Amino acid sequence: MITASPSRSDSPAETSALAIRCRNVTKHYGSGDAKVIALRGIDLDVRQGELMMLVGPSGCGKTTLISVIAGILDRDEGECSVFDQDFSAMSQRARTLWRGQKIGFVFQAFNLIPTLNAAENVAVPLMILGESRAAAVRKAQDRLAQVGLESRWRSYPNQLSGGQQQRVAIARAMIHEPKLIVCDEPTSALDHETGHVIMRLLKTVALQPDRALVIVTHDARIFGFADRIAKMDDGRVVKIVDDPNHLHAEE
Amino acid sequence: MRFVAFRMLIGDRAKFFGILLGIAFASLLITQQASIFVGLMTRTFGFITDTALPDIWVMDPKVQFVDDIKPISSTVLLRVRGIEGVEWAMPLYKGILKARLQNGNFQQCNVIGLDDTTLIGGPPEMVEGSLADLRRADGVIVDEVGAKGRLARIPEDASGNPIPGARPEPLKIGDTLELNDRRAIVVGICRVSRTFQSQPVVYTTYSRATTFAPRERNLLSFVLVKAEPGVDHKDLCRRIMESSLGPDGSPRLLAMTRDDFAWKTVMYFVRFTGIPINFGIAVLLGFFVGTAIAGQTFYLFTVDNLRHFGALKAMGAGNARLLGMIMLQALVVGVIGYGLGVGVASLFGQLSGRTELSFRLIWQTLVITGGAVTVICILASLLSIWKVIRLEPAIVFKG
Repeated sequence: MITASPSRSDSPAETSALAIRCRNVTKHYGSGDAKVIALRGIDLDVRQGELMMLVGPSGCGKTTLISVIAGILDRDEGECSVFDQDFSAMSQRARTLWRGQKIGFVFQAFNLIPTLNAAENVAVPLMILGESRAAAVRKAQDRLAQVGLESRWRSYPNQLSGGQQQRVAIARAMIHEPKLIVCDEPTSALDHETGHVIMRLLKTVALQPDRALVIVTHDARIFGFADRIAKMDDGRVVKIVDDPNHLHAEE
Repeated sequence: MRFVAFRMLIGDRAKFFGILLGIAFASLLITQQASIFVGLMTRTFGFITDTALPDIWVMDPKVQFVDDIKPISSTVLLRVRGIEGVEWAMPLYKGILKARLQNGNFQQCNVIGLDDTTLIGGPPEMVEGSLADLRRADGVIVDEVGAKGRLARIPEDASGNPIPGARPEPLKIGDTLELNDRRAIVVGICRVSRTFQSQPVVYTTYSRATTFAPRERNLLSFVLVKAEPGVDHKDLCRRIMESSLGPDGSPRLLAMTRDDFAWKTVMYFVRFTGIPINFGIAVLLGFFVGTAIAGQTFYLFTVDNLRHFGALKAMGAGNARLLGMIMLQALVVGVIGYGLGVGVASLFGQLSGRTELSFRLIWQTLVITGGAVTVICILASLLSIWKVIRLEPAIVFKG
């Protein structure tokens, strides 16, 4: 099932519909002397069916950008739409609901609830959307099979390795068939081999023609899995790399 | 999401039991102290409860509680008997007299003198002998606790000296004691509600009681009245009082229904003794300590789970849903903690039933404790709710 090599997949057609469209997005934190400008006019397009990586040094604004894209943070200025949906035009309640339906998350620290077993953790997004626990857990077991953990669905997070926990997190991010999956440093807590397994999984199972993946990472070893890479520095996208292997070599 | 909230709560055993401990402690302390208070207050009017037959008690207007005896003229009895709506009216003597024990010590006793003919106002339960035995010469009936305790006889050796360390022998039928230097013979043992001062209770006839009592112009303590069927008790009280109006227009008698007199007695102790304050402090202490323990532990539990709440928020769980989760967690610990506290308090009451300790668990105490536990849970969860509502879901992206 996990067969893709760490190389660039077929490039999405240039005419593919956009999953994410950001124009001149700015964001700052604090005020006065403590004011920190995190985003200084971001222009970024992510196509459907594309795996886009955001890379750059710490503090360059990667996490702020995915938070704005995912509707977790409000931008100050500019435009940003996800599958033609602009969060700024939505109420907080509608935005939360839309995020629950359309966006999946994979976190650096996995953020699995330690008192729920693997299947129950995977079922959480469906339960948030109102599905019954029994039905959600059944679907979660199928998703766990997709990520190779069909026999571990009863295991609790502390009984799983880091790689297995991240696979559970990926299954959780996919269970409600989101349009966008946002991953924050998905391999930074994993060793090289496990990191590659996770990336192959994201590339082959999570990525769909009508879905986009945005991955924030420092990990140069996984650059080869990206379709495109946006290199950020000081709150700006300074370079879009169409050939990730080239950037990998540079790094 | 109720399932997730529940599993998050019970999964962290240490904090779960910590919160439970706080709430159970508060619940236990509030229930136990309130029940002891109620038990003590019940003892203050235990004599009124035990004297079950009369509907109305007639007394001097200055009487403040059942043990506050202000004798009235014996003619009152006849006057009350003449009032319309009175089925019968009987005299009752109640006073504190000194009993001289076999070893020479004195013991204050609560002496009750009953109408010689009907013996109305007698003890609710006889353990040995019968109430009619009071008609025997010098006969008195002593309460069981007094007979086994303060009036018990100290065994003596052949020369009449008390045997050190020997167990006191309960007073029994046929034994004698002296009341105000007058001989009395125990003809029965009865069981009565414990009195507030825990003094032995000695029943005898009205006429004999007046011979035991020191000479006074008036010796009648109360007139016990039974209303005719269908007569409104409050209305009859009013008519009895109106029959005793003095030249200034104020009544010279006070007539109260049994319940009103019991309540007047309780209110006297509430107002003029420090008992409610002492118990109130203990109850408040339980409330505040319980709130502090439960609140702090609940808050720590929430803070520990903040990343998970943040993740749930990022994944689409709104504030209302997270608030519902926290309220459910508070409800679970509240119900279990309340049950534990009340359960242990009940067990305590059950185990102490045969001791001197007064303990009376009434449904009102359960409601008050439930209310206090609800307030504790709300206070304990408020900080957590505030923290979670203000939580930025972006926290989950901060490694």
